[in-house]
Amino acid sequence: MSTEIASKEKGGRAFASSLREKWFPGGTAGRRHLDYVFIGAFVVAIAIGTLATEVFFTEANMKNISRQIVSNGLISLGMLMVILTGGIDLSVGSIVALGGVISAGMSDKVGIVPAILIALAAGALVGIVNGFFVARFKLQPFIVTLATMGIVRGFVFVYTETPLVSQHPGFRVLGSSSLGPLPSTMIIMLVCFILVWIFLNRTPAGRATVAIGGNKEAVWLAGVNVERTILLAYVLSGVFSALAGTILVSRLGIAQPSLGIAYELDAIAACVIGGAILGGGGGGAIGTFFGVLILGMINNLLNLHGIQSYYQEIIKGAVIIFAVLARRRGTIR
Amino acid sequence: MKTKEFLQMQGISKSYDGTHALRSVDFSSDRGEVHAVVGENGAGKSTLVKILTGALRADAGRILLDGIPRDISSPLIGQRLGIRMVPQHVSLVPHLTVTENVLLCDLPTCRLKGWINWPEAHRRAEAIFEEIGFRGIKVRKTVSLLSASQQQIVGIAKAAAVRPEILIMDEPSAVLSQEELKHLFALIRRLKEDSVSILYISHRLDEVFEIADRVTVLKDGQVAGTASPRDIDKGTLIKMMVGRTLEEIFPHRPVRPGAELLKLNGLSLRGVFENVSFSIARGEIVGLYGLIGSGRTEVARSVFGALQPTSGELRLGGQTVRFGSPHDALQAGIAMLTEDRSRDGLVLFLSIRDNMSLANFKLMTRWGLIKRGRQNSLVRAKVAELNVRPPVIARPVQTLSGGNQQKVVLAKWLLARARVLILDEPTRGVDVATKQEIYSIIKGLALDGMGILLISSELPEILGMSDRALVMREGRLAGEFSREEATEQSLLACAAGVIENA
Repeated sequence: MSTEIASKEKGGRAFASSLREKWFPGGTAGRRHLDYVFIGAFVVAIAIGTLATEVFFTEANMKNISRQIVSNGLISLGMLMVILTGGIDLSVGSIVALGGVISAGMSDKVGIVPAILIALAAGALVGIVNGFFVARFKLQPFIVTLATMGIVRGFVFVYTETPLVSQHPGFRVLGSSSLGPLPSTMIIMLVCFILVWIFLNRTPAGRATVAIGGNKEAVWLAGVNVERTILLAYVLSGVFSALAGTILVSRLGIAQPSLGIAYELDAIAACVIGGAILGGGGGGAIGTFFGVLILGMINNLLNLHGIQSYYQEIIKGAVIIFAVLARRRGTIR
Repeated sequence: MKTKEFLQMQGISKSYDGTHALRSVDFSSDRGEVHAVVGENGAGKSTLVKILTGALRADAGRILLDGIPRDISSPLIGQRLGIRMVPQHVSLVPHLTVTENVLLCDLPTCRLKGWINWPEAHRRAEAIFEEIGFRGIKVRKTVSLLSASQQQIVGIAKAAAVRPEILIMDEPSAVLSQEELKHLFALIRRLKEDSVSILYISHRLDEVFEIADRVTVLKDGQVAGTASPRDIDKGTLIKMMVGRTLEEIFPHRPVRPGAELLKLNGLSLRGVFENVSFSIARGEIVGLYGLIGSGRTEVARSVFGALQPTSGELRLGGQTVRFGSPHDALQAGIAMLTEDRSRDGLVLFLSIRDNMSLANFKLMTRWGLIKRGRQNSLVRAKVAELNVRPPVIARPVQTLSGGNQQKVVLAKWLLARARVLILDEPTRGVDVATKQEIYSIIKGLALDGMGILLISSELPEILGMSDRALVMREGRLAGEFSREEATEQSLLACAAGVIENA
């Protein structure tokens, strides 16, 4: 009997919940219907966007938005997997910088593709370190990734104190090319989202990732290699962040060692807006996609209106609070 | 119904999402009375007492205390009216000391305001335990270091310490040892003399007969009857609860154990259990009985690779094996249903499908991808076989009743098609009807040649199910009984250390 959930239900909502039961047989505890709320919020944001400024719906601006959200989109994907296991990855911003400076710095020496692969490998390596300490030694993810956030940033500055500019002719291709109407980086991001969705929903390791955040002990006792699954989440987070870094420097044309500072906050925000629950127990690729999109559109709209970035931070903060508040009833204590 | 009774609940109704949890229930209890509430899982016991404490609001009906209608709209109001509850899973603050948990809102301060007078606080907490008759609790200890039964006692102390008018106990004995249970009953009798009204919810009918002055049976959200335990017997009570007699609960099974399957040879885990040796044959159900803390769960976890034994040998099908993790044990064909489904058996927010699949992905995966069709058909087959209600495989397991949750855990291990199945308290917190279903499943598995180790603290379960019964005491195997030798008296005496039969 659903006493716990139902204890939250007040009399007047009985009708609504019976409808919900009919439409979403996943049960009243299903988070799914709440994710539709967010698609709704997204549509409202578009409506406001179109009404507020004519520039918003132009092709140029759409391309602009899709370029801008790619890096946060990729970082958020990695963050999502870590959050699903009940962890958090604060080192993503530093890995963005690491990926960026390596791909920019190495491309002159070894060529574009090898440089990017080395950058991704470096991201994976940081992920291995994070995951190893979290999974094997059961250290708190917040602390471990706080430490590696500083360490990796330090290494980035050791590597270069000054911004790097690649002389390689192909360096800016990744960030500026288009395939048809879509920027190629957007396509990369979409492919990554689809792959992560498949991973999380249709592979044993993905289901285990989701399950670990709910009950690690039960998953371990079910014969799943919990350590390896957690490690994988951190590795993917590192790889996605490094990829975001290479795309970012390719778009900007310059690799600042200070790149990516505080990016972890936008990634966490996108996951949370998209329905992820810190500590595990909720979240998915589709929700995160909309979280990324909503955040990106808010930034874009405010930019179009020439609103100062300080106000943008205030508004983003309010959106996060609203998102969590709106979902509160759907989560179970 | 007499009108002068202290507590009267009249016409209480409550429904969730269109299903009736309670339908026009009348319930009353007097001062100095122990009123037991029994019924299957989902019969509405918890809902009824939650309405009384203020944790839930009734859709209809009223509550009178001393003849005065009261609107108990929150637990705080309930507490102000003197209504206290010891929940089934006590909620304590794990990293604080026993003293802090017991006195939580009421720590004594020094003359200097704001500073806690610790010696005085510990003295008060000790006095409370002294008064309620549980002396063994060290009040300076952190709660998370206590055993489950000690935590339960702390929860009881916390509720009893405030001198409630009505004390509700929801399955208080589930984790208590026999000795502790005696103390609990002594406490209940003392509280009775202080004219506290006690509501006692339990699955264990023996306890009801021992302690209750009156018993109310709930069935499907309605009162099936109220009686004095003196006037009825256990059989009648069970019949009121489920419409079945006791003999029907344990189905008969022809015993013909086959070749030896699993053998423990002097298995030890330092400080927990030592020198445990026994074997399980194909098609055999071996019962393992022991009080809480006797080491039986740890032995099972060592066999399953969840604990690493410090010495001794494990043989599976004649081969010496060593399992570094549950993964290894599962690969070798050993499955284990753990004792506490919400702690380590289920991922509550995930669906029936996910929970059943978790240990069995290799049955439904091709090229690293889960085959949805295969997964659905495997899961649906088990849902139908075990009669899981509701049969909606996408439903999160947290929305299921305890009995159905247990079936989901069981299904997970059935899908694993193990050779040896360890069942640790497979029917804890499960209603009688579901128990019967689980028992017949277990017997069916044994008939198919599976070796089964059944761990239980319910004697009727051990006696009704086992081909052989083992008893553990203080980390050692204290006795082995054939089906003919095993009786409630002999097993209890052995577990409590009165006799030895090794």
